[in-house]
Amino acid sequence: MVQQHFQHSQIQRLTYVVIILTLVLFLLGMSVGSTGFTMIWPPSSDSSVLQIMWDIRLPRTLAAWLAGALLGLAGAIAQGLFRNPLADPYLLGSASGATLGVALSLVMLSTTLFTENWLQRLGITSIAFIGALAGVVITVILARGFQHTFRLLLAGVIVGVILAAISSFFAIMHPEILPVMQAFMLGTTSFAGWSACLLMSVVLIACCLVAWSLSKALDALTLGELTAISLGLRLNFARGILIVVLALATGAAVSQVGLIAFVGLAAPHLVRSLIKVVHRTLLIYSTLIGGILLLGADILARALIAPQELPVGLLTAILGGSYLLWLMHAGQNRAK
Amino acid sequence: MMPLTPIIITNQLTTVLANVEVLHDISLQIPQACWTSVIGPNGAGKSTLLKVIAGLLPDHNQVLINGQTKNEIKPQIRARKIAWLGQNETISDDLLVYDLVMLGRLPHQAWMSNASQADHHAVQHALALTNTAGLGERPVNELSGGECQRVLIARALAVEAEILLLDEPLSNLDPPHQADMIKLIRTLTASGTTVISVLHDITFALQAEQMIIIKNGTLIYQGATNEVQTHTQIEAAFEQRIKIYPLEGAWVSLPHYPINPLEK
Repeated sequence: MVQQHFQHSQIQRLTYVVIILTLVLFLLGMSVGSTGFTMIWPPSSDSSVLQIMWDIRLPRTLAAWLAGALLGLAGAIAQGLFRNPLADPYLLGSASGATLGVALSLVMLSTTLFTENWLQRLGITSIAFIGALAGVVITVILARGFQHTFRLLLAGVIVGVILAAISSFFAIMHPEILPVMQAFMLGTTSFAGWSACLLMSVVLIACCLVAWSLSKALDALTLGELTAISLGLRLNFARGILIVVLALATGAAVSQVGLIAFVGLAAPHLVRSLIKVVHRTLLIYSTLIGGILLLGADILARALIAPQELPVGLLTAILGGSYLLWLMHAGQNRAK
Repeated sequence: MMPLTPIIITNQLTTVLANVEVLHDISLQIPQACWTSVIGPNGAGKSTLLKVIAGLLPDHNQVLINGQTKNEIKPQIRARKIAWLGQNETISDDLLVYDLVMLGRLPHQAWMSNASQADHHAVQHALALTNTAGLGERPVNELSGGECQRVLIARALAVEAEILLLDEPLSNLDPPHQADMIKLIRTLTASGTTVISVLHDITFALQAEQMIIIKNGTLIYQGATNEVQTHTQIEAAFEQRIKIYPLEGAWVSLPHYPINPLEK
């Protein structure tokens, strides 16, 4: 059937690019660090080099990819759910909620983000998730539903400001968490080890499966809410679950690598500019491209001023902001 | 005179939206396999009536489809029976036309299942009926207003529902496509589909077989479009500012000026 092969070749090409880029970036991620560039092949006989590669660089590389993938997925869900191509998982109060959750958990569990203790990591993630979910729910309640985009975004900004203020209050009251919180706000993968990777993998797989199973609801929503209901969908049920998935994905990413800007916004945008597809495919590619974007930015952050390193959040903010500016400019030109 | 079997019945239907009663006490019987047009002045409640029949607004079990209330039918089964095309529904433009029309098949698809052969046939048939088969591979954001409207009509047709509710289906269409659409509606009713359309253009509305006139949320009249009494009622509903004239076996509505401005 001709229609089934609409963009087959474009999707195929994108798949090859995604696979090759991911492999190259993983190899680069294992080779680049504060100690300089190390060839991954032939394997070094120096055990300290091997240890750096396997215990620091590989989990960090994987964590950057996983966090980016979670944010890419959350971005695609947010944009579909709120029918707004500018919806960012962070704009709806989830990031500030997760930040507050992290601040609270650092105080309550008297731990740091460097912890490799399982329970503590799980604790931070759980509280960050509850914070993210609470942030989104408060935003949606304040906006009295999902229908009015401007009200929703405004509510998201208000909730963000208030929750950020409460986080700052906690940090001031407990100065011992200030340095960690600052690193967290700038976004960094340097905290992430194998336990963070495992945690984010489990959350990513679960979120992908649930979101994927509800992708038809996101497709139907592109026709408008009433049309989606007229197609017999249990819209409120699907929305409720998708908001939980959105909060979980954002909460998991934010709790492990801090506030990383723009990946969640840019990844689905980039996919849509390359291929026009239904959400079943869009969700997968947004996830994969989100991973590539953050991993690429993380490697740059490690290499640019080595042996020092930049917080990756700064880099994604600069790169993502430039991408948005370019998008705006391109949009204006098209409108002309 | 109502020799046809009613497929939709509303019993003293009253609809309240945001604390305002929009429809008052509407009792209707809409005949099966027939084209019924709904007309009335702006803000009369035409679109609201269509939404209530579509099950998109609360109906307090005052609407019966094939003798069943909304609660008696599963949403997915109901969605197979009734297709609704809204007016000015904003659509996201990141889909291909074919994928968008395929969304009309959602009521027929099981959770997470792929499109079946029947789904593909239905979509291709709907695209052919609306003369949009050539647009299948185009992204929706590249379409003109008229093309987009035809694609949305195709989406509604792809449901293959026995009841088709169309809110201003002719908007954005040029005259040849308006004529095609009227022909298409007649073909659909001839094959057993019940079509209810809200139309602001009275001449087009008079092409239907049955007519419902609503004013200020109240049912003014229901009758066949070719009856003189219907024409009198239409003229009255629009405060004698239009007149219905016969023309080549059809009826046309023209603006009517109480004082001819040319004579001034």
